[in-house]
Amino acid sequence: MAAHTMQNLYLLIALAPLAGAVAAGLFCRLIPRWLAHTAAILGVAVSFAGSIIVFQDVQAGHSFNGNVYTWLTSGGYSFHVGFLIDSLSVLMMLVVTFVSLMVHIYTIGYMRDDPGYNRFFSYISLFTFSMLMLVMANNFMQLFFGWEAVGLVSYLLIGFWYTRPSAIFANMKAFLANRVGDFGFILGIGLVLAHVGSLDYKTVFERAPELASATINLWGAADWSLLSVTCICLFIGAMGKSAQVPLHVWLPDSMEGPTPISALIHAATMVTAGIFMVSRMSPLFELSTTALSFVMVIGAITALFMGFLGIIQNDIKRVVAYSTLSQLGYMTVALGASAYSVAIFHLMTHAFFKALLFLGAGSVIIGMHHDQDIRNMGGLRKYMPITWMTFLVGSLALIGTPFFSGFYSKDSIIEAVKLSNIPGAGFAYVAVLAGVFITAFYSFRLYFLVFHGAERFGKEHAEHDAHSEEHHGLAHGQKPHESPWVVTMPLILLAIPSVLIGFFTIEPLLIGEYFKGVIAVDAVAHPVMAEYAKEFHGAVAMALHAAVSPVFWLALAGVALSWFFYMQRPDLPAAIARRFSGINTLLENKYYFDKFNDLALARGARLLGEGFWKFGDVAVIDGIVNGAARLVARLSALLRPVQTGYVYHYAFTMIIGLMLLLAVWVAPLSISK
Amino acid sequence: MSYPLLSLAIWVPVAAGIIVLATGSDRNAGLARTLALAGAMLGLLVTLPLYFGFNATTADMQLEEIHAWIPNFNIRYHLGVDGISVLFVILNSFITVLVVLAGWVAIKNKVAQYNAAFLIMSGLMNGIFSALDGMLFYVFFEASLIPLYLIIGVWGGPNRVYAAIKFFLYTLLGSLLFLVALIYLFLASGSFSILVWHGLSLDASVQIWLFLAFLMAFAVKVPMFPVHTWLPDAHVEAPTGGSVVLAAIALKLGAYGFLRFSLPIAPDAAHELTWLMIALSLIAVVYIGFVALAQKDMKKLVAYSSISHMGFVTLGFFMLSSLSVEGAIVQMISHGFVSAAMFLCIGVLYDRMHSRQIADYGGVVNTMPKFAALFMLFAMANAGLPATSGFVGEFMVILSAVKFNFWIGFAAASTMIIGAAYTLWMYKRVIFGAIANEHVRALTDISRREFLILALLALCVLGMGLYPQPFTEVMHVSVENLLKHVALPKY
Repeated sequence: MAAHTMQNLYLLIALAPLAGAVAAGLFCRLIPRWLAHTAAILGVAVSFAGSIIVFQDVQAGHSFNGNVYTWLTSGGYSFHVGFLIDSLSVLMMLVVTFVSLMVHIYTIGYMRDDPGYNRFFSYISLFTFSMLMLVMANNFMQLFFGWEAVGLVSYLLIGFWYTRPSAIFANMKAFLANRVGDFGFILGIGLVLAHVGSLDYKTVFERAPELASATINLWGAADWSLLSVTCICLFIGAMGKSAQVPLHVWLPDSMEGPTPISALIHAATMVTAGIFMVSRMSPLFELSTTALSFVMVIGAITALFMGFLGIIQNDIKRVVAYSTLSQLGYMTVALGASAYSVAIFHLMTHAFFKALLFLGAGSVIIGMHHDQDIRNMGGLRKYMPITWMTFLVGSLALIGTPFFSGFYSKDSIIEAVKLSNIPGAGFAYVAVLAGVFITAFYSFRLYFLVFHGAERFGKEHAEHDAHSEEHHGLAHGQKPHESPWVVTMPLILLAIPSVLIGFFTIEPLLIGEYFKGVIAVDAVAHPVMAEYAKEFHGAVAMALHAAVSPVFWLALAGVALSWFFYMQRPDLPAAIARRFSGINTLLENKYYFDKFNDLALARGARLLGEGFWKFGDVAVIDGIVNGAARLVARLSALLRPVQTGYVYHYAFTMIIGLMLLLAVWVAPLSISK
Repeated sequence: MSYPLLSLAIWVPVAAGIIVLATGSDRNAGLARTLALAGAMLGLLVTLPLYFGFNATTADMQLEEIHAWIPNFNIRYHLGVDGISVLFVILNSFITVLVVLAGWVAIKNKVAQYNAAFLIMSGLMNGIFSALDGMLFYVFFEASLIPLYLIIGVWGGPNRVYAAIKFFLYTLLGSLLFLVALIYLFLASGSFSILVWHGLSLDASVQIWLFLAFLMAFAVKVPMFPVHTWLPDAHVEAPTGGSVVLAAIALKLGAYGFLRFSLPIAPDAAHELTWLMIALSLIAVVYIGFVALAQKDMKKLVAYSSISHMGFVTLGFFMLSSLSVEGAIVQMISHGFVSAAMFLCIGVLYDRMHSRQIADYGGVVNTMPKFAALFMLFAMANAGLPATSGFVGEFMVILSAVKFNFWIGFAAASTMIIGAAYTLWMYKRVIFGAIANEHVRALTDISRREFLILALLALCVLGMGLYPQPFTEVMHVSVENLLKHVALPKY
């Protein structure tokens, strides 16, 4: 296809969802529901179809890097809006548009009874546009644009049910936690501009090696590697968006939003923006082992410790949310190991199976009439067969069952960490191995509690949402039911890649040349992928080899233990929780991150503001201002008696004054004579 | 162009104001409003050729008009614009139209006088932005205060006397020293021409004194920490239109003064005192941001937020790079749109509920969805979200700050968190949630007139955010020229 046609296609891919969003949003009160969802779905479908064409074009060897328009020029710098279309961005475009399309279709069923139906479609289409702008960017400025725009839509969607206090607290928390990340991100961008003079990826990556030995003086006499500081700043942005400890606090709360967006934004796409960003920046990160170590340790902490929290959650969405946190940790660990392609590979497989799990959870929630507590479920497999089967597929993929897509990507991460030798790799290796066991345990705890065992629904339970007028949960004797086809079809369509995509893509993505020239790896300093390739003998061999690897047995042990705990001896978990009440309290309080943030940061900032205001502004500054005014008033009060109004007083004063003046003038003259 | 465009920009609104004033009592209120709107639109119309006829390739003053005024002291009626001032003339005339529209229903008392005050002020402010004679500048600068005093004093809230006196105390102190500086410059050069003063060679110590005298006048206007405490009081007491003009235009006068007087006349002092100016600016950004967080009154909150945003302007100026200075000017224009919109939004609520207390609201989105959507856009612009105008200037200033010094960038960038915190927290408490009380339940969504005003600003905010190039294009050459001038030692 002609280059010009392709460029128009890139624009179309980005703008089609925007058109859908504008149509559904601006006229949300005027147009009927079918028109709103048709417009939105059509926009995303066009993007998806376009992305397939672009994918083929990129496979044929055509990449593109060019500007659409000049956003701003100033002081010799110029900032553009433009596209970089290569194997990395087109992979992201496919994942984003496919999952988005599934979620759009699913929404027809999930949001059927919601008064904000049209608005919701507008938001998710707007999200798709923003995410596409983010992944298609050819410069840091546009990246930041998309970065903040997806944050905005996430904010709008978490607070979609704006009358719920928990939702509007969660959305603000999400925005602010992300802003903390963006704060680091913009400093990183500032350092890039200051030392390269451009924000275009191409220029920056070309010039990066020259900066390898540059230093920056931050405090005292210590000089820091410029690139380490830059990369860590950029990564702080990724920590916000991709919910890495300690900026992860917003993601579990984001479950306040409707389930389709939990699947799209808070599992499959937006939260992986940080992973994508670091992969995109591989030419920079490769030059700083310090930054890579930092990335790896943060990822490992997230992978392990967020997994623990998944064990004690009882809200179906929160279990999946903590598993998302943990899996994002895995991807981050892979980035730290310089295995960017593996991180992107896991990003892709995770997008499918985690979207599947979230949408499955949503289907369960519909079946349960919006009761999300897994303690009230059980035995749902009889009533919701499609949801059950697809959820099982998703869970198997998540825990890394051989031949499933999650197996290939997660095992590759563990392998890469094992091969890595940068500082922190040893800890990370232990963390990701332990994480396998934990993931398997909580995933199947969820699975067993929801789909197997005794039917616990339909009983009167005391927990009603105090803030909501609608009744939650099934009434006495009521049975769950399978969801309509618009809900189950996306589940099936997502289940297919959850099983297959790893098997078929691992070789081209990780061993082959798919990312050649896009992801840069310093093969001498960080030879992880080269060694990985030596040990790779095909997808089948890898799956068969699993039987003799500890990873497989750890996962199996996790499943077995959860089966024992939740199917055989349901009394045990509570007993253990009592026995280890200290740990249980720690986990239930989520390591006290929220408490700390509320007390120290949120309340601290308010008190600080209050103090600045009451003391600095009111007491000191206004004290001086008002004091000055009063001083003038007092001084004039002292002088006021002089103004008596009697003519003879004034005349007398004048005479005295005249005499004094004369004395001052004349006396010296007479003396000098 | 043969028309005296700048004179028209100044005197058309003034004349319109006088005509409106002539309609007299409130029996003719309808006529007064219509005439005022026509006058404001005519005023905007005559400024449009300024942009389209502007030659962006030269730093010279354009559309100059020179007439002798007081020949004894070589004071001249000398007007002209460059790439820095031209945008503010247009912005000012645009905001005037919105202000007349905004007071259409809410102002029922002394309608003619109210509208006349705004029109006359609009003309005088155009005078400030286009005056090239020091004394002419001073006259406009001081005269423009009178309508503002009246607007706060007559149509203001219950505590308006305190606010007006505070305002007076602050500005009087600054202006007097400014006048002394102007007279000194006249004595040194024999001229009141600002352009002549730009070329004047002055001792370093003289420059320092001049710089400080200018600083007193302009810092109060901006306002910079620690002479900012008049602004929240003035905003709280002012009627909506007064707040809009105060935030959108009046605050820019001080900042503009730095560019027209402080930097070019005392460049060495500017270099010498950079640390002071940057420190004060950063205090404004960070300290005032925290103060805004603690506010319970919406108008006070936005007033403090204005001070914090203006901190970015002065920060940008005194880092003395093209990116930072242009970023600061962009921030000024954007702040003109965004702060105007924020105050108009609060006005929309105040007109209905007669309260500015955040605690009196909650769940407004349930009854005013259209308003909530527009307010969201402006709140996001206030928080500096990309694709809104609020982002552009902040982005430019933060990037240049990181280059200037990492820790200055660090402090400046903290506004990304603090600014979002106070803005979104206010938005959450006012707009989101369940309907808080019967008053909120009884609210009606914005009228067509209100929608028109806010939608116009929304277009400006989005347009400038998506494509700021047309705004910076016109200022490049003038800013470069200014910085080149500032870089050369003058003694």
